[in-house]
Amino acid sequence: MPTIEIRRAVYEANDERAGRIRAGLSSRGIFTVNILGSPGAGKTSVISRLAALVAASPRPRPVAVIEGDVASDIDTRALRALGIEAWQIETGGDCHLNAAMIEGILGRMTLADKSWLFIENIGNLVCPAEFVIGEDLKLVVASAAEGSDKPYKYPTAFARSAACVLTKTDIAEAVGFDEDFFRAGWEAVSPGAPLFPVNGRTGEGAAELLSWLEEVAAARPEA
Amino acid sequence: MHEASVVESLVAMLSEEVERRGGGRVTNIRLVVGEASGYMAESLEFYLGTLSKGTALEGTALSVRYVKPRLRCSACGLDFERRRFSFDCPSCGGPGKLTDIGGEFYVESIDLEEGAA
Repeated sequence: MPTIEIRRAVYEANDERAGRIRAGLSSRGIFTVNILGSPGAGKTSVISRLAALVAASPRPRPVAVIEGDVASDIDTRALRALGIEAWQIETGGDCHLNAAMIEGILGRMTLADKSWLFIENIGNLVCPAEFVIGEDLKLVVASAAEGSDKPYKYPTAFARSAACVLTKTDIAEAVGFDEDFFRAGWEAVSPGAPLFPVNGRTGEGAAELLSWLEEVAAARPEA
Repeated sequence: MHEASVVESLVAMLSEEVERRGGGRVTNIRLVVGEASGYMAESLEFYLGTLSKGTALEGTALSVRYVKPRLRCSACGLDFERRRFSFDCPSCGGPGKLTDIGGEFYVESIDLEEGAA
């Protein structure tokens, strides 16, 4: 029986589709951020803080959010209540978003040119790291409540993210969070990449994160 | 669920390979899996059993070769195997960065029983 050499990556079809999505979005000047993090890390709060700041900034841009959830549209409704355009993907069990899901929902959205598109991935630090979905960059959100060992336990999710947002540091002492240990882990997997403490409740720190994102967005060739 | 969608991609990709070669039945799949990708052979096998039904892959064996993640020290450049909870270089103590070694997820080869589909 013949053995046939294949040497093809299983992610190949997804990666190709994601490449087409990104090219399409980039050609319209749309800046796309794929947001990863555990359930309860504060992803939706960070997105709503950013969206509010972008809308109120001297250079306001249209903002849209795609919310990925296994079930429920709680986050989408919360964002809409704040006046933020939000679209829901309910994966019905799948633990990550893939390029086909994004292609499907983009076909139903009317995104203005030069928009900022935030995609909130499914709450999980494992498989969302393995899939590109057409983003300019990944951003990982981690909270003090999850513990300081997360970059060590999920190095792929952290290493593939261009920046880390650290939330809930106001309860660090109560939950025994060792910020130095966390930062050392982040620094090891993503040397030189920025870490932004952001308080989702008060919005403290969100402006610094936004100004970094603006720099990254402005540095794109298509900006 | 982690493995379900990647097994779906795997089945689609290999079905296309078989069709391109004029049909047949796949009897073994040699998969290379980096341990940093987090895929478990048992889980892959379970989903493969279900998702390959009615395809050229039905009943195939799955042989997984695991690859240990290797880090490269940012200070001295040494390549080393990662130890639990640590990125430190065993030689100089510098910080180790993830490399592509350990993130693999590809099909190396298949055994194809020709014309038996």
